[in-house]
Amino acid sequence: MSIDEHSVLGHQLHGPTDPAADAHWQVHKSRKGFFTDTSICIGCKACEVACKEWNRNPRDGDLELTGWSYDNTQALGASTWRHVAFIEQDRERIEEARESGRQLVSLGMPTVGPPAKTPEAATDSAIAAGADTSAPDTPEFRWLMASDVCKHCTHAGCLDVCPTGALFRTEFSTVVVQPDVCNGCGTCVAGCPFGVIQRRSDGTVEPTTGRGEQKGQQPEVEKKGIAQKCTLCYDRLLDDETPACAKTCPTTSIKYGDHTDLVDIARDRVAQLHEQGLTEARLYGANELDGVGGTGAMFLLLDEPQVYGLPPDPRVPTADLPVMAKRAGMAVAGMVTAAAIAFLGAR
Amino acid sequence: MANADCIVLQGGNMAEAHPVGFQWVSEAKARGAKVIHVDPRFTRTSAVADKHIPIRVGSDVALLGALINYVISHDLWFKEYVVAYTNAATIVSDEFRDTEDLGGLFSGFDPTTGKYDPSSWSYADADGSGVGGTGDDEGHNKSGTASGEMAGSGGAPLEHSGVQRDETLQDPRTVFQILKRHYSRYTPEMVQEVCGISADDFTYLAKAITENSGRDRTTCWGYATGWTQHTLGAQFIRTAAILQLLLGNVGRPGGGIMALRGHASIQGSTDIPTLFNLLPGYLPMPTVGLHDTLPEYLDAIASKKQKGFWADADRYFISLMKAYFGDAAQADNNWAYDYLPRLSGPHGTYQTTVGMLAGDVEGYFVLGQNPAVGSANGRMQRLAMAKLKWLVVRDLSLIESATWWKDSPEIASGELRTEDIDTEVFFMPAATHVEKAGTFTQTQRMLQWRHQAIRPPGECQSDMDFFYQLGARIKELVADSTDEVDAPLQAVTWDYPLDEHGDPVPESVLQEINGYRTNEQGERELLSGYPELKADGSTSCGCWIYSGVFAGGQNMSARRVPRGGPNPAQNEWGWAWPADRRILYNRASADPDGKPWSERKKYIWWDEEQGKWVGDDVPDFPVDRAPHSRPDPDLGGPAALTGDDPFIMQADGKGWLYAPKGLVDGPLPVHYEAQESPVRNPLYVQQQNPARMIFAREDNLDAPSAGMPGVEVYPYVFTTYRLTEHHTAGGMSRWLPYLSELQPEMFCEVSPALAQERGLVNDGWATIVSPRAVIEAKVLVTDRMTPLTVAGKTVHQVGLPYHWGVGGTDAIVSGDAANDLIGVTLDPNTQIQESKVGSCDVIAGRRPRGAASLALLASYNERAGVTTETDNIRITDPEAELKDPAPKDDPNRDKEGWSQF
Amino acid sequence: MLEWPVLRQFRSGDYLGRGPAVESARTRNLTSRNETADRVVQSVCPYCAVGCGQRVYVKDEKVIQIEGDTDSPVSRGRLCPKGSASEQLVNAPGRQYEVLYRAPKSKEWQHLDRDTAIEMIAQRFVESRRNGWQERDDKGRLLRRTMGIASLGGATLDNEENYLIKKLFTAAGAIQIENQARI
Repeated sequence: MSIDEHSVLGHQLHGPTDPAADAHWQVHKSRKGFFTDTSICIGCKACEVACKEWNRNPRDGDLELTGWSYDNTQALGASTWRHVAFIEQDRERIEEARESGRQLVSLGMPTVGPPAKTPEAATDSAIAAGADTSAPDTPEFRWLMASDVCKHCTHAGCLDVCPTGALFRTEFSTVVVQPDVCNGCGTCVAGCPFGVIQRRSDGTVEPTTGRGEQKGQQPEVEKKGIAQKCTLCYDRLLDDETPACAKTCPTTSIKYGDHTDLVDIARDRVAQLHEQGLTEARLYGANELDGVGGTGAMFLLLDEPQVYGLPPDPRVPTADLPVMAKRAGMAVAGMVTAAAIAFLGAR
Repeated sequence: MANADCIVLQGGNMAEAHPVGFQWVSEAKARGAKVIHVDPRFTRTSAVADKHIPIRVGSDVALLGALINYVISHDLWFKEYVVAYTNAATIVSDEFRDTEDLGGLFSGFDPTTGKYDPSSWSYADADGSGVGGTGDDEGHNKSGTASGEMAGSGGAPLEHSGVQRDETLQDPRTVFQILKRHYSRYTPEMVQEVCGISADDFTYLAKAITENSGRDRTTCWGYATGWTQHTLGAQFIRTAAILQLLLGNVGRPGGGIMALRGHASIQGSTDIPTLFNLLPGYLPMPTVGLHDTLPEYLDAIASKKQKGFWADADRYFISLMKAYFGDAAQADNNWAYDYLPRLSGPHGTYQTTVGMLAGDVEGYFVLGQNPAVGSANGRMQRLAMAKLKWLVVRDLSLIESATWWKDSPEIASGELRTEDIDTEVFFMPAATHVEKAGTFTQTQRMLQWRHQAIRPPGECQSDMDFFYQLGARIKELVADSTDEVDAPLQAVTWDYPLDEHGDPVPESVLQEINGYRTNEQGERELLSGYPELKADGSTSCGCWIYSGVFAGGQNMSARRVPRGGPNPAQNEWGWAWPADRRILYNRASADPDGKPWSERKKYIWWDEEQGKWVGDDVPDFPVDRAPHSRPDPDLGGPAALTGDDPFIMQADGKGWLYAPKGLVDGPLPVHYEAQESPVRNPLYVQQQNPARMIFAREDNLDAPSAGMPGVEVYPYVFTTYRLTEHHTAGGMSRWLPYLSELQPEMFCEVSPALAQERGLVNDGWATIVSPRAVIEAKVLVTDRMTPLTVAGKTVHQVGLPYHWGVGGTDAIVSGDAANDLIGVTLDPNTQIQESKVGSCDVIAGRRPRGAASLALLASYNERAGVTTETDNIRITDPEAELKDPAPKDDPNRDKEGWSQF
Repeated sequence: MLEWPVLRQFRSGDYLGRGPAVESARTRNLTSRNETADRVVQSVCPYCAVGCGQRVYVKDEKVIQIEGDTDSPVSRGRLCPKGSASEQLVNAPGRQYEVLYRAPKSKEWQHLDRDTAIEMIAQRFVESRRNGWQERDDKGRLLRRTMGIASLGGATLDNEENYLIKKLFTAAGAIQIENQARI
């Protein structure tokens, strides 16, 4: 067995790669993922409910209105693995979004992440060819809706820093927590550049009393205290079923499938919207050269990522690890690496 | 809908209320269809539409009327379609006077009864008399439907089908010319004045619909309760129907007016009604004084001489009586006609509420509904229930309507004391949809059978099992009675086969509904459709329009061929009434010669070789009636339909631009203001629908409308609606953690301008006051609410979802009920309350508790000078409106009423 | 010993311990809950009138999952948030499983046997029907009805149920019967 350890570990930690192959799955399945096209989302939250139903996650929050438009869930968390954001924008903001999108296109970077040889630029033939893509009249107002989910990164911070082997890479290249292994150390929480994974340690398993008249029993909560996040319905995938959120989505805003197909669909859709003059449309997570090596769950956004509560330039904390290791002149192998990752990640 | 080229959603929030139905809109949009949302609020639907046009609540007739005017005056109507398939060419009686002549009234209004005598609205007959009915001494129309509660479906009857027509449409008394004059004052400027819609937005809409209508393209309209819940709701829909007929968008793929209905079987519960005015299949309940004998009743439904399928109503009715009363229904007792109770006017839920308050109603069944939260004027509902002797609530959980006697707002205010309430309350736990088998009829008239997954748990029980058991015991209790009063209960057939648990087999009830004939051996043979029904007592059928659902002994509603099979109509899934047709009146999808209007919109066409109608659906027409056949009109019934009479349920086979009868508040839609409105009607002297159903009571007061003193006390307009996360009054959503957490609290939506005017802050509290109630809600300040400029004034609208209620046991979330704010004033055709518009005030902060809440309400009403007369005057200006119309040749005639304004 | 993760890491080449090397026993035996169902029953969503198809998964006479029926031409497997919550509707924490009775002036519910309750309701039905009976109007014309009993509901019920309700009420002469279609 001759292994170029440097290169193996290198592509296991950053850059374009095949995650399931890196994890040495003998049965190799094609990479699965989501493409969430927020331009056709109606904000119905069926994904949130179907997800909770399937995964038997408890309700969370304190049953009070947040005042954030129709968003009363606020963020992804240990019990909310799909979250729909609602953003109300006036004309000025719409124009800014359109302009920032136009600049991305002219820079050849309709996706986030470092500028590089992005294939997206090439697919934007309409713009490249100088076709008339003058924007439609800017509306006075718009209401953006977007369903967020775990990104199932190519290089997953949570997975890389997990000291117990509770987080693992499946044969579908997704990232899943094994609740029977997790000890609730919480290292992964800090390791996720998107703030997705959380420990189910808050008080929401207790009945909420709210203002006195509000109550409501919770379903019995298993897995209290351990880290939780979207599994991309690993159990359903094992039986060739579509993940619950994608299956239920009334408008197909959430699409599930082979990652490579979804990337194509996503790029075509962006190009189509650009042809309609909607230069604000851009992809998020489809660039394999970004700080997490691209994501398994990609998004079409109509404004900058931070508007949706997404980091503009996510970076896996272990991305620089091989370089650091080389400088230190350490022999990096097997368990040692795992220990180092755990150590670094915990800091 | 997926076949439409333009979709206008108005009076509904489809993405919010019907997310899965909305996939067809998304699909049409992805193919390039234009989607326009007309709504007071920017909603989830607006968010994905091409354009949102904000409109003042309750002003839709003004907008649609202006579109009619636009289509006619720009000569954009679909001439071949309109001339051949509608009553545009039909000549109307010269007795008829339009609102143009009478300041906003039609001829025939009686201010003392508040009702119209519609006899002057009739078609002109060849011999000079009217077609459409003569009045009787009670102002009723002998042949049918002077009152909305007596209308069935598919159009009102006519004595015969011999009407005068002018195919050139030039005669001033043709429907077309009347229509043209009637809507001439509905201009874009008027739309700006009435609806608050800019001329640019109006033009955008007008162009979108006209560019997407015609031979090659179709436009579809979708509406929901945003249209029905008004004092002229039926007329909202009529206006859209007129527009769609003018554009040729009825009976064709991608056309139509889609009613987006809110409950799993709300269509079914109208087809097989749990409604006071109907028997199954839209047969009317008999009314005293009009239908005292069976021949009177049958004549009133339809004349044998009129065209179309209603002429066979005797077959449907007699078969129903056989299903109800079996052998006790015989020719010699008029098929047990006198076993049927008689109506004497409307007996809707609000009249019943008044009956309860008066102590007339002793017992009340509440079945999967929550009137304490979901009905208008909730306080009136709860106080009414406190007067009952007994109440049966059947539901899944302890909803507010089951627990009001211990935790209602009236207990908190001290108006009711638990220990004083004599009402016995039975709570009977219900079975869920998976714990029983049966059919729901969805919004496109399709029946789908649900298989039973598990037995109901505990003491839960389906309504079928409960009512079967109840009926059996009632029959036992009266079994030995010799009193004639009990005869119908003794005679009613109640002999369903029982399963091993002693419960009726659901299929056997569906078979009774489908109908059967009894053969010579005395065996029952299931019918394959309503054409097999007979008027001689040899057939039995529980609902004629559902006949065929068990054709050939197969439960067609249980068909489950994946995706409905290869046929474009996908009709191997479930079963649609009537006769499994998916698009009604689809004869209109072909031109008068029977050819498709265009290749793109091909659906049903005449096949010359086969000599029959063929295509993608079951033809909704006599299948072998050639396009140019002209049978003798005296044949009556289906036999009298000509080859170009696509509207087979109408008495003249035509689409009705003008309704000579069938509506109680006018043959053409008119814009009136809501019962409560801070805006003076800019179109007519008459402010409100004169024929609206009024409940002038101390417990149902109204805010002063424009022009009255005190109007400034309730300066804002509120509207109510649903959220996608909840279901109506919350019985099936507020008890569910996953839905409750998504919309946990009652809130109101206000514009930043209104927030500033009233000092409201986002996520803070507001108190909303109407003349009926005081409620509180969290505040969402949002640009999705747009202040509108109407008649030079700013009109602020307040949005209120109506899912929360006070009380109930074990609800995950509770809150004040928007419906408490709403007054009871009804559409006279449908008896639906005006819950989409009301007047209110909004103040910052939480409401007072207990009796202080009542004191606040009293001080408001005192300040506004509200009495039971407020808004309840029928004729706004009798001087201007009730005058005899000027002679027809008077050139100033059109100014009549107008000049008074 | 062979199951020791470190050994598995080296054997599989998954040096970083991120793939099959760290699969737990639970994970290896994982399967879709739907696969464990005793039967799957086709149904229809009980909320709005679109009529979306549902599949109901039953195990040990309990509903374990309800999701969209991909065969349905109406909904193609999709459901809205309410439809997606149907399993929770069936197994709701606040659902009531017992018949309850509140006597006049009482402050409490009491449990009542179901048959007893139905018998009591039947007796009250017959009595109130009589009390509110109107045989003829003031002009002597037949009315043959009772104003003593009313009903509200039906839009969430099955056609067969509505049929029985209307039939029973009509035979009893009870005309005051309404549902959500008019609210």
